[in-house]
Amino acid sequence: MAKLTLPAQELMHRGHAACPGCGPALAMRLLLKGLGPRTILSIPACCWTVIATPFPTTALGVPVIDNPIEATGASISGLRAAADALHMDDVTVVGFAGDGGTADIGLQALSGMLERRTNAVFVMYDNEGYMNTGVQRSGETPRGAWTTTTPIHGEHSGKSEEKKDVMGIVLAHRPTYAATVNPAFPEDFVRKAEKARDARGPRFLHALTPCPPGWKFSSEETIEIGRLATETGLFPLYEVENGVYRITRKAGALKPVDTYVRGQARFRHWKDEEIRVLAEQVRVGWERLLRLERETAPAVGPVPVSPARVAPAST
Amino acid sequence: MTREVLSGNYAQSYAAKLARVQVVSAYPITPQTSIVEKLAEFVDSGKLQAQFVAVESEHSALQVVVSAAGLGARTYTATSSQGLLLMHELLHWASGLRAPIVMGVVNRAVAPPWNIGADHTDTIAQRDTGWVQFYPESNQEVLDTVLEAYRLAELPEVRLPVMVNEDAFYLSHTVEPVDVPPQEAVDRFLPPRDARAVLRPGVASRLGSFTGPDHYVEFRHELSRANDEVLRRIPEVEEEYRRVTDRSHGGALPTYRTEGADAVLVAMGTTCTTARTVVDELRAQGQKVGLAKLRVFRPFPEAELRRLAASVDRIGVVDRSWTFGGSGPAATEVRASIYPSPDRPLIAGFLAGIGGRDVTPGRVRHMFTELLGSTETETRWEDLVPEEVDVDG
Repeated sequence: MAKLTLPAQELMHRGHAACPGCGPALAMRLLLKGLGPRTILSIPACCWTVIATPFPTTALGVPVIDNPIEATGASISGLRAAADALHMDDVTVVGFAGDGGTADIGLQALSGMLERRTNAVFVMYDNEGYMNTGVQRSGETPRGAWTTTTPIHGEHSGKSEEKKDVMGIVLAHRPTYAATVNPAFPEDFVRKAEKARDARGPRFLHALTPCPPGWKFSSEETIEIGRLATETGLFPLYEVENGVYRITRKAGALKPVDTYVRGQARFRHWKDEEIRVLAEQVRVGWERLLRLERETAPAVGPVPVSPARVAPAST
Repeated sequence: MTREVLSGNYAQSYAAKLARVQVVSAYPITPQTSIVEKLAEFVDSGKLQAQFVAVESEHSALQVVVSAAGLGARTYTATSSQGLLLMHELLHWASGLRAPIVMGVVNRAVAPPWNIGADHTDTIAQRDTGWVQFYPESNQEVLDTVLEAYRLAELPEVRLPVMVNEDAFYLSHTVEPVDVPPQEAVDRFLPPRDARAVLRPGVASRLGSFTGPDHYVEFRHELSRANDEVLRRIPEVEEEYRRVTDRSHGGALPTYRTEGADAVLVAMGTTCTTARTVVDELRAQGQKVGLAKLRVFRPFPEAELRRLAASVDRIGVVDRSWTFGGSGPAATEVRASIYPSPDRPLIAGFLAGIGGRDVTPGRVRHMFTELLGSTETETRWEDLVPEEVDVDG
């Protein structure tokens, strides 16, 4: 008989309000399988505000506090401080924010939380745009992608700026643990969620979560699109533990990026030139990652990181 | 009971410590800083067992305590002026989540131009956020009001956040003797927080959520009823506080020498202290004048104002902030409160003391003169009274 490779416990329930094929819904399900029932979630304004279903129902089996879009980092600092003050030692405090609520309007509070070394997990589910408000560009929208605020018209060919490097921003704060996760690779996702749960200090997960209505693909292709994001090297799966890089999926030669791009109508206007530029960026990024993995290998030794510190009195 | 020489800011810090707050979060802004510096010192020395979260903005400071309160902690923060304006969005969250936070606000002018003097614009601009607002006039009253605020905020029928405001520098940085009640007395008055209606680890629940028109109205109505409850409960909270400290501060609208008065000034904060000396002086000269202190601006003590209106012919309202294109905010509220009453005295408005300009006894005397001798009701910008009028005597 086949053996389950994922925890059986479901902390996200049926009856949620996500779109068919929703990447963020899959991310929440896998995340909670890894984090377990002693999780407290803080969720800003984002798709998940709605997915969790309106009062008086909830699709989540753990306690949730809502917070305004820009304040998730502060909210989890507050939850952690209260958990420590009230001796709730076994809880995992988690912020679960979209890319806008993490990397645009939420960046200050995220940076604050990382800098003060809040003992909590911040998860960015990245659907590469403001999808809950009807597909507007965000700092995480990739260059050349169509959104309602980056139209394809005459001279305009989608977003003209690059996607913001959120992992780079987060890693500059030296978190104890940071990783990329992808719902198309559930075992890798859950293992990293478990690792994030068990680590202490500030932790960060970047989840790439394909969005059928925003990226313009058919809802049964979410896993396929997600898989291609990683297999092309566009969204490599790796983790950084106390400064040590480890690529968690290396499966032979990278697939050509056009296999990923051609499956999404947000890139429909792309010519060969755009594909060529992206392929080159992916190659450089992948080589950089391989180099970082070599350079930070344990022989060099991890960068020492001070322990989580919230209260001067108790630590 | 020990007697300490404390600034208004330290009175806030000592009160928060006596309240055994569990989570403190703040961002520095003049003239609030010494409140949280003292609290950081208390935490660092172990005199206060609390988590002190130093944050990167006031917006985050309030979010930290909102979320901490959501998990059941007793919380404190403090700010002023621009910092309070930055918090505005979170002020709604605090009341909407029914978080019994107590916040010290040092009332300071709003830029531009930059100005750090006393002015009520910062807190008055938060009138509609669902927070209770106290305006004490002495450092003793600041300390006592912070403790009363926790008792009031945490009542199961209230569960609302409370601001305890102090006029910048007149209170925040001026020291005076303050009786600091013993910890045992405060513990009798203020038991640990009743932490029902909070998130619990392991229990599926949601604080905040979203609703359509089917429930939103009911949530807002509950919030409104909780505000109404505040005015009903202030007398009992004050009585309980008096039992352990022998002090109380007269409820939401304490009056001074209003018996048989022809004219009464309604004022807020430190203006009241000055006005009281002028009342004594004018009474000694045979003029029938009195003072009513608007100690609580939200919820607004309408019933008390109507009682006052029944016994005086002229009421002057002194505002320390201005509603552009409108009038003095306290004057507007007083007029609205009294309108349904059969006794409608003349109500005049005065604007005095914005941007840290001193409200001198001479200015208060001039207000009484105007109030007694004129039927003008249009608000006078008292600070702009020409120099030939002797206002500094």
